Amino acid sequence: MENSKDIFNEKPKSSFAKAFDVISTMASKPSGFIGLAILVFHIILAITSPWFAPYDYKAINPSLMLNAPSSEFWFGTDSLGRDVFTRTILGGRTALTITFFGSIIALLWGGLLGIFCGLVGGRIDDIVMRIVDAFLSIPWILAMLLIVSLLGTTTEVLIPALGFFYGKGIVRVARAATHDVIAKDFIVSAKARGHSNLSIIWNEILPNVRDAILVEGAMRWSWMLLGFSSLSFLGFGVSPPTPDWGLMISNARGLMSFAWWAVIAPIVGLSSLIIGINLTADAFAKALGIDRSTKAPV
Amino acid sequence: MKTNIQEIKDLSIGFKSQKGKQISILRNITTNIRKGETVGIVGESGSGKSTLALAMMGYIKQGLFTTGGECLFKSQNLLSLNNKELEDIRGRKIAMIPQNAGQALTPNLKIGYQIEEALKLHTDYSKGEREQKISELLNQVRLPSPKIMALRYPHELSGGQQQRVAVAMALAGNPELLLLDEPTTGLDVTTQAHVLELLKDIAKDTGTSMVYVSHDLGAIAQVCDRVIVMYAGEIVLEGPVRKILKEPIHPYTYGLLKSIPKLSLIGLPDSMPGSQPQPGNIGNGCSFYNRCNFSNDECKVNVPKLEYLSEMDTSVRCFNHSELISKTSEQKMKNHSQKKITIDEILDLKDVSISYAKQGIIDQFLNKVTDTNPTVKDINININKGETISLVGESGSGKSTILKSIAGLLKTKDGHIKFDKEKLLSGDLKKRNSEDLRSIQLIFQNPDESLNPNHTVEQILSQPLKLYFGLTGSKLKESIVELLEKVRLGAFYMSRYPRQLSGGEKQRIAVARAFAARPDIILCDEVTSALDVSVQAAVLDLLHKLKEELGTTYIFVSHDLAVVKAISDRVAVLYQGRLCEIGPSKDVYQFPSHPYTEVLIGAVLEPDPDIKPKLVAEDIVEEKPPEIGCSFQGRCPRIIGDKCRNETPPWQFGDNGNAIRCHIDIEELKIQQS
Repeated sequence: MENSKDIFNEKPKSSFAKAFDVISTMASKPSGFIGLAILVFHIILAITSPWFAPYDYKAINPSLMLNAPSSEFWFGTDSLGRDVFTRTILGGRTALTITFFGSIIALLWGGLLGIFCGLVGGRIDDIVMRIVDAFLSIPWILAMLLIVSLLGTTTEVLIPALGFFYGKGIVRVARAATHDVIAKDFIVSAKARGHSNLSIIWNEILPNVRDAILVEGAMRWSWMLLGFSSLSFLGFGVSPPTPDWGLMISNARGLMSFAWWAVIAPIVGLSSLIIGINLTADAFAKALGIDRSTKAPV
Repeated sequence: MKTNIQEIKDLSIGFKSQKGKQISILRNITTNIRKGETVGIVGESGSGKSTLALAMMGYIKQGLFTTGGECLFKSQNLLSLNNKELEDIRGRKIAMIPQNAGQALTPNLKIGYQIEEALKLHTDYSKGEREQKISELLNQVRLPSPKIMALRYPHELSGGQQQRVAVAMALAGNPELLLLDEPTTGLDVTTQAHVLELLKDIAKDTGTSMVYVSHDLGAIAQVCDRVIVMYAGEIVLEGPVRKILKEPIHPYTYGLLKSIPKLSLIGLPDSMPGSQPQPGNIGNGCSFYNRCNFSNDECKVNVPKLEYLSEMDTSVRCFNHSELISKTSEQKMKNHSQKKITIDEILDLKDVSISYAKQGIIDQFLNKVTDTNPTVKDINININKGETISLVGESGSGKSTILKSIAGLLKTKDGHIKFDKEKLLSGDLKKRNSEDLRSIQLIFQNPDESLNPNHTVEQILSQPLKLYFGLTGSKLKESIVELLEKVRLGAFYMSRYPRQLSGGEKQRIAVARAFAARPDIILCDEVTSALDVSVQAAVLDLLHKLKEELGTTYIFVSHDLAVVKAISDRVAVLYQGRLCEIGPSKDVYQFPSHPYTEVLIGAVLEPDPDIKPKLVAEDIVEEKPPEIGCSFQGRCPRIIGDKCRNETPPWQFGDNGNAIRCHIDIEELKIQQS
């Protein structure tokens, strides 16, 4: 419960101040603080790593094959004699970029379609949702492999393809969140005034479902990251010699028994990023007043 | 003097704000409940009445804590007991009846099983005895055929029956004190009167003490012996029900009673200015100072003590109560100038039928609705420019349905709605032109739901202004300020969000939004039923003034007959989606009237212990209107046989212009009802 006096004197805040409020609430809990710290660390690392990477990530040196970690090569070297530390700090760049833009695409199409279906209901809703269900029932990795092998593994293919496959889950969440507000009188009132569907979506529904969709988008981001790394692991993500965690794990796993360092470093990189995003998303949800543990609208 | 069963001594309950400040919800409550008496706790929402009732069973909501005082039940302080000890008291000695029995009963367990559970917990009966007792309890709360009733699920019962089951469960442990938290608030008028009757009888038969929490002085007047009036977490007045309701010597109670619309009076009730201070926002002096008409300088600085006046057996927290004693209890209502309504038709509902039935596939293609027994049928109403017409009836009477179809939110099955004599209003919202949409605006029951929580007042009010008039920039701002002034709010409200407003202020914003479109007709759907009485009077007053100013036509939907009488020129009474009676409001409220109107008026609770409701019919709930015959045949106390069951009754016209749809001759009705 809040001090009512504070509520009554509260002035409307700029969206910047609101965002700051949310972030400071997130950071006030240990789990949120850790999540945010990991995420920020990874983002800064991804942006700045090319400037301080100690070695060339693609410099192959047969004489340095599978060296154990040392003061020269902090994380050791891989089977081609490349520095694992260099490749690890650079390995998140592609994954983060592709999945970040992929998540935005997923949020946009999934969120808007979900809200639209929730609003219009009836037959259109039925048809769209059955199509979404049909897509949900296809193992995404099969479909992704098909797309990638047909169209190639370029960024321009991967971003929209990932965005599409991870957006269909958001449709359901956005639709459910819309159903929560759609029966409220302020929507009925807007309908009775004769506003267009677009205006109702934009003005009345979006501000009320935005939080739920954003949180869902953050969770999708971490799943997409895992998905993208799986693709790389299978050899359909980034192409060598670009460093990528999924690819690095795939290349080094056969040698795990005697060169564990080559596989541990990318694993720690990938899992810490995913844990960071998950913790951040949970803290984000709590700061916005959505409890994911009790409310899973999928 | 009877022994006290519960004594509350100097009890204060509060919470800590985010900034660590301690804020009180209850402040220094001292009172007691005597054996066998029924005590009513009244107050507006936020006055702390429910918190007090819960503290009486040793329960304090999460986040709240006691800041002082104690709550003694038979000289045992409930607030210091641990959970195990409390379990022995709750249910066995103190039982509670919740507000919404529908939600308090477990939906997937049979009624009998749920009562047995209560018996198992609170008594030592054997299995056979328990079965016997279940029947007894169901009998005691007057549920028909208890054996069959015990095998039913909660959803198979009506709201009134569910409430009865909740009463039966509370009685299972043979409690000495029964706490009732707004037990009849969600019920229809007739059901409410029946449940109150039952509670009164139970109190008499079992000698149980009762604490009855309610905002409804009408209900309090019927069941209580003593009344505690709460305001901003304090007791402001306490005494015998007759004294409190007939000679209220505290200005708050005085104002509260005056703001309740009553059947016996004509015109709008007086409204009380302002609203209750929020917890933590209470100034130095008397908490009622800002709204008080009798205050002086002393009230601003000093907090009045609760003073016991032995000659009246009443405690009062006011410096100037003696002034109020001399005030006559006679109440005058503001006579609202009954303007002569010109016969200038603005809306014409002709043979309107509305069906919720789902169409089959073939019918969908043919765009046809086949339903021989639609929810709303044969509604013929002509509405004149500038009049206020009210649709009344219990829940399920189709009044909101009709309103929705006028607004274009529901398609009509048959008939048509004509606007401004020649324009036919389409049942499809999308086919109406912007001008028609602008002319008809809606105000909803609950402002919490009708205002977008993420919009500021400015955004809320700019929606219709942008849509219909294309206003932007400074023009838009000016219009918004103008609208706010119209609903008596300052321009500084523009930047606020709905959660920063009180209930009354929110509803004013909703009113302003409706008027922003400069409509010809405003549809009001139970606009005051979510508000406190003192606020309700102010909103009604505002609506009336706006109407006088702008000549708007109101179509008002309400279940509250007293409110309807206060505001409307004409009244239409509906039962199961069929019109029963229509006419000028003063004539509808007089006999002869349709038997259903008679039942409704009889069940109205007046805040006067000497006016008892007249219960003429059973409170059975019908789910579907009968296919043939009179719609009210199932409950009619004056049914005359097969004619009522087989033939649709004809319209008959009274002397004054009210029309009644009944088989009984109007002269005969007059004799029967007088």
